[in-house]
Amino acid sequence: MPAPAQRRIIFQHIDEPGYSNDIGCYLRNGGYEVFRKAITRAPQELIDEVKKSGLRGRGGAGFPCGVKWGLVDRKSGKPIYLIVNADESEPGTFKDRYIIHQDPHQLIEGTMISCFANNVKLAYVYIRGEFPHGARILERAIQEARDHNFVGKNILGTGYSCDIFIHRGAGAYICGEETGLIESLEGKRANPRIKPPFFPAVLGVYQCPTIVNNVETLCHVKYIAQHGGEAFSKIGTPGNTGTRIFCVSGHVQRPGYYEFEAGKITMGQLLYDVCGGPLPGRKFKAVIPGGSSAKIMRFGERYKGKRKVGAEMVDYEWSVEDVPMDFDSLALIGTMGGSGGVIVMDDSVNMVEALANINAFYSHESCGQCTPCREGSLWMKRITSRMVHGAAREEDAALLKSVADQIPGRTICAFGEACSWPTQSFIAKFGDEFKNYHETKKQRRSEAPELI
Amino acid sequence: MNLKPDTLTKIDEVITHYPTKRSATLPLLHLIQEDIGYIPHEAHEWVAAKLEIEPINVFDVVTFYPMFRQKPIGRRHIKVCRTLSCALMGGYKTCAEFEKQFNTHVDEISPDGEVTVEFVECLASCGTAPVVMIDDDLHEKVDVAKAKQLADHIKAEAAKRR
Repeated sequence: MPAPAQRRIIFQHIDEPGYSNDIGCYLRNGGYEVFRKAITRAPQELIDEVKKSGLRGRGGAGFPCGVKWGLVDRKSGKPIYLIVNADESEPGTFKDRYIIHQDPHQLIEGTMISCFANNVKLAYVYIRGEFPHGARILERAIQEARDHNFVGKNILGTGYSCDIFIHRGAGAYICGEETGLIESLEGKRANPRIKPPFFPAVLGVYQCPTIVNNVETLCHVKYIAQHGGEAFSKIGTPGNTGTRIFCVSGHVQRPGYYEFEAGKITMGQLLYDVCGGPLPGRKFKAVIPGGSSAKIMRFGERYKGKRKVGAEMVDYEWSVEDVPMDFDSLALIGTMGGSGGVIVMDDSVNMVEALANINAFYSHESCGQCTPCREGSLWMKRITSRMVHGAAREEDAALLKSVADQIPGRTICAFGEACSWPTQSFIAKFGDEFKNYHETKKQRRSEAPELI
Repeated sequence: MNLKPDTLTKIDEVITHYPTKRSATLPLLHLIQEDIGYIPHEAHEWVAAKLEIEPINVFDVVTFYPMFRQKPIGRRHIKVCRTLSCALMGGYKTCAEFEKQFNTHVDEISPDGEVTVEFVECLASCGTAPVVMIDDDLHEKVDVAKAKQLADHIKAEAAKRR
């Protein structure tokens, strides 16, 4: 079956000739009309629309946005904060970059609708330090929105006031974790907080209730406010509503960003029909479906079991190519949809070397507060780097697995899982390659990319 | 601390964005680094006094975040992405080419003082790998040939200045 056509909701104007990121262009395209209407409605109605929509967070965990909003402590009398998580850092993910640079007002409109719905008076955009132009573009866009009275005091004469400020990160991946982000916004090291008790919805920034939403999620809120939660829930598949932006990188003919209805496209359609298949003379070997911490899939393997379709349980047997690209299907086969970053590797790649590259990343980015993660990520890096640059041993595979198995579930935040899943899954799927590496590395092919 | 009047104005303004002064630690460090090129030791006390916190609180932040530098760098800052998607497309070769072109090693100032090459983690432009940031600007699909072009451009600008 050929791939369905793209359905561009969030990326409607990305790369559109003549579309610019100033407010004039946005207003000419109907900008802020949704906000004008939303601000006349009861805030609870907007929250209900988001609940009805089934929208799941696009940052990685896929947590339902309406539920997240529902958990906010509204009785404490403390101010409620909203933080836009624009710390896009998961390797393989590059969708927010284009929204921020090319269509910043879409994000601001979605943010303001979300702020109004949740009675937020002060919001921050936490943008990663490596987007200096993005930060300036957003700052200018917010000023434009202030000048038009969409942001600031007594917005459009309604009596509702809310301001947005930009807060730049400084190169630390862990700031994408919401409680690490909150610490960073408070001016500290981004050491994630322990939950309980520090659920952001109750004890977030400044110990006040706080909502942290991904850039793409907030853009979806704008669409939901415009068309209604029910209409949104009909896009995609049940449980995986709306569209999904896939960021494809690595060894395909046409890497890039593609927006499809969630669950309506399979991995095979995405990689072959949309991205043009492998590079000339190459075969696909492995793919990471949802950012570099997602467990790897090996081409040729098959997934079997039962899954729920409607009210019934049905058998499924999928190859890698058959797997629908949605949160639930990818979770079913033991990996995750995560942030939508699809990293493709062809048969020129040695998996020990690819893992060594990933391990170097996680070792560099561990915040260091929990021993299993700080030490474990370092040892996984040291072992894989030594295998490539020094002596590799047959028993390294078992050693790596034993280190990886001691991390998840023993750390304050999900980084423990994120850094151990690559090692666990690479060893599970490509164990032979790790065991034989001491032999195969002697005949390393010159075309193999240098990865560590 | 010898900061430009414009930086001081921005510092006073940005502190007003937050309910607590301490939140302005990262913005202040960014502004200081943009002004003088790095975070000198004396900045810890200066920022601490400004935000009514302890110097150790500032030092803590400076050492945690990779983008804050405690030493000066070359005139231009070349950041090559090291992470998987870029490495798959030749990022390591790109980095080596910049080192060769400027006769330097990563994290050092080149002998002519023109550049510091750094091999950094994911820059979030994986679809156009390998990517490089030169100061604030992103350059996409930087293979060895394009790295040489970019290096030549930097060298030509340097020659004009001399």
